[in-house]
Amino acid sequence: MNFDLILGILQIVLIATTPLVFAGIGELVTEKSGVLNLGVEGMMLVGAVSAFIILVITGSYFLAFFVSIISGIIMSGLFAFLVLFLMSNQIATGLALTIFGIGLSSMLGKQYIGTPIDGLSPWFFVIFSFLIVFLVSYFFYKTKAGLILRAVGESHNSAHALGYSVIKIRFLSILFGGSMCALAGSYISICYAPMWQEGMTAGRGWIALALVVFATWKPERVLIGAYIFGGVTILQMNLQALGLRFPGQFFSMAPYIATIIVLVLISSNKLRIKLSAPASLTIPFYKGR
Amino acid sequence: MNSLFPSIVSRSQSSGLMNFFVPIISIVLTLITGSIIFVLLGFDPVYALYTFFISPISSTYGISELFVKATPLALIAIGLSYCFKNNIYNIGAEGQLTMGAIFGGGIGILFHDTNAFWLLPLMIFGGAIGGALWGLIPAILKTKFNTNEILTSLMLVYIALYILDYLVVGPWKDPFGYSFPKSRPFSESGRMPLLFDGLRVHFGLIITLFLIFVSWFIFSKTIFGFQLKVSGYSPKAARYAGFNQTTLVFFAFAICGAFAGIAGLAEVSGPIGLLYRDISPNYGFTAIIVAFLGRLHPIGIIFASLVIALTYLGAEDAQLFLQIPSAVGFIFQGLVLFYLLGAELLINYKLTYKKLL
Repeated sequence: MNFDLILGILQIVLIATTPLVFAGIGELVTEKSGVLNLGVEGMMLVGAVSAFIILVITGSYFLAFFVSIISGIIMSGLFAFLVLFLMSNQIATGLALTIFGIGLSSMLGKQYIGTPIDGLSPWFFVIFSFLIVFLVSYFFYKTKAGLILRAVGESHNSAHALGYSVIKIRFLSILFGGSMCALAGSYISICYAPMWQEGMTAGRGWIALALVVFATWKPERVLIGAYIFGGVTILQMNLQALGLRFPGQFFSMAPYIATIIVLVLISSNKLRIKLSAPASLTIPFYKGR
Repeated sequence: MNSLFPSIVSRSQSSGLMNFFVPIISIVLTLITGSIIFVLLGFDPVYALYTFFISPISSTYGISELFVKATPLALIAIGLSYCFKNNIYNIGAEGQLTMGAIFGGGIGILFHDTNAFWLLPLMIFGGAIGGALWGLIPAILKTKFNTNEILTSLMLVYIALYILDYLVVGPWKDPFGYSFPKSRPFSESGRMPLLFDGLRVHFGLIITLFLIFVSWFIFSKTIFGFQLKVSGYSPKAARYAGFNQTTLVFFAFAICGAFAGIAGLAEVSGPIGLLYRDISPNYGFTAIIVAFLGRLHPIGIIFASLVIALTYLGAEDAQLFLQIPSAVGFIFQGLVLFYLLGAELLINYKLTYKKLL
């Protein structure tokens, strides 16, 4: 194999995997605070369409990404309001957010299907995705605020007893998750594709959810996992382009199978699950108890 | 003097009255929000809501279509209530539906040139087995390895969808299908009989109503239903009473999977007639909304399935007459679930104004 080909494939893998890293790290922070948000796919789609629309209207990349992130904050804020203040079921609320986001993005983007735009070079975001993972890792393990966030996710009652505002910390974590998911979406519609199409995130939100589990809630492993998942997808496309006849569907389902295996491995051992999943994940916090 | 903002206080017993009113409140709020959205989009809200919710069911054909859509939703939702009543978060009904369609539809493809009375019952049985087996995977992982069922059942959805995709572009592709990704059509006796000439509503509706009745009986008249309910309310009490949680998890998943599988098979052997990629417009996920909206009660689920089915039909009409993408139906589905979940607070908590002085 010649060097140029390898370099080319590496480039494609980097560009294709970046949205998974963004969405994955966002969801990781949310889950670390003890909240499971299944709305990743919906937030990504709304982020993608809002960035695209703003870019078409204003022509400003900065505004496009800015508004997209705001849209992610609004979407996740809606989720946060329901699960934190109205103590609704996190799983059902997350699914509602995804269903709502799919609908909203299709409706908003209807007249923009097929509108041509000048795509933005992805490299800034590729580098930024690595940076954000290391920042999150630093935040979790080297700063006091990160420690508090993790404590809230492990035992909200203890954190509350120590005087930390569980609701506030979870609220901010959810908003961070939402803005990262929207960034992932806008990267897809402005850098990666670049275009708008209904449902264009194509299940990456679900892969991002799988990724957090696969990474056993460790930031650096999100990066590793994303590149394994992303690499497999690109490998499959290249092998098929080379004319190899094999069912690509089995490659496509690999991330989901891998996630189930990891889930089983970490949960079969009581000690290991203690080290991995945030103990308060999906449990609502109610002060009056 | 009372405080300005109400504080939330846990009720000692959930409010039965609110349990009845919350779904109605959320539907009304959804309609109000929907009209606001339509106004923002520049439509006359009365005309838009009429197009969305009234015109689709203003003909016999429309009402039949409503039942066609409500059938799988109600069947899956009643299956889900076995899980949800026991606090088991099976969110993978879409995968169980797909696997049911694969197993039952596979039998239909195998006997594509056979016309016999036993074919359809065998396919229905295959659908139930396929769905139940797929549902049992998270059940086994949960009971054997203590693995959280939320993510495993969700991941299994996508695995099932890829398996179906593989089958219809690969080994099960119709040899006379001009390389379209679809299977051979089933034989005439492998199709769900239609209930009325010229309408698409099919025998799956009868199966659904029968299984809802059976479920009502199980929930309210049997010890199994009682055990499900008790271990949902208080796992500790259930353990103390000696209920076997492992058995309950297995049964809940198997029944839910089987119902979803039958729903999948009813789709492919009913309106569709063969296997292809997009056999379900998210019925498995939407049924979660139906189960919540119906408060896990058989009668409630029947009404909820009709309401949610209407959002599918309305979306199709909105696309035709208002040129809004049919995905707008998802907005209504998402909204109704948002309001429902938010308003659920009123069932388990009450708002009181604290006395300051």
